[in-house]
Amino acid sequence: MVVGEPSPQVVDQVFRALADSTRRDILRRCAVDEPSVSRLAQAYPMSFAAVQKHVATLERAGLVVKVRRGREQIVHTDTAAVEGARQALDELAATWRGRVERMSNLLATGGAE
Amino acid sequence: MTITSVETDYDNLTVTLIAHFDNPIDQVWELWSDPRKLELWWGPPGYPASVQKHDLRAGGEVTYSMTGPDGEQHRGIWRVASVDPPTSLQFTDAFADSHHAPLADAPTSNIAVRLVERDGGTRMELHMTFETREDMQQIVDTGTVDGLKHAINQMDSLLAP
Repeated sequence: MVVGEPSPQVVDQVFRALADSTRRDILRRCAVDEPSVSRLAQAYPMSFAAVQKHVATLERAGLVVKVRRGREQIVHTDTAAVEGARQALDELAATWRGRVERMSNLLATGGAE
Repeated sequence: MTITSVETDYDNLTVTLIAHFDNPIDQVWELWSDPRKLELWWGPPGYPASVQKHDLRAGGEVTYSMTGPDGEQHRGIWRVASVDPPTSLQFTDAFADSHHAPLADAPTSNIAVRLVERDGGTRMELHMTFETREDMQQIVDTGTVDGLKHAINQMDSLLAP
């Protein structure tokens, strides 16, 4: 439990979005390139609509951004969101560091007796 | 110094914290097992905690709330996975709504506590990770985008004729 954490919902969406192998692969492609949705769709043995849905899940989690270029929808990664998962871990560590320090103070001063 | 190490493993998304207290193991255990003592350290400064339900048994629940500086309430719930006094405790900690039901969309963390008598005092190990409904290990494969680029560059050099 982290008080004041920006948005636990966002962190969870990131984790969920990354928990699918196709979406991880899409993210990988978008990290090195900026493919269009239709070019991405050609890379997977699934319908255009299915790929579009995966892209939408990644987009909701803030991991990719879609921009219109001419008639195409270009997808590229959002590095800040990927970094968010690491940040959440840092916050978890900081929260517990604080708790353990308070435990220590209580034990040292006999405040917990 | 009480905290002897804090390790954050970005590859496995875990945090391991090790601390040493000069106090006997039973006193350290009571900080977890006595709700009135738990209240004294759970909330950060400015967010006093109060523990409502405290059923520290496998399958039991601990519910708490913290009151923020503007009077706002932050609630949470533990779901206890296993308890073996005074040496181990495992639970998940989740944000909760006003009825202390876990929020579906909020991240849940798994916490494992282990206490060992050491040098006349107590060593406490905390192992924490975020719980996901699916394969966490796989998630981490993505790492940072820089990591991805690096991995893909390596693939490229392997594939180069």
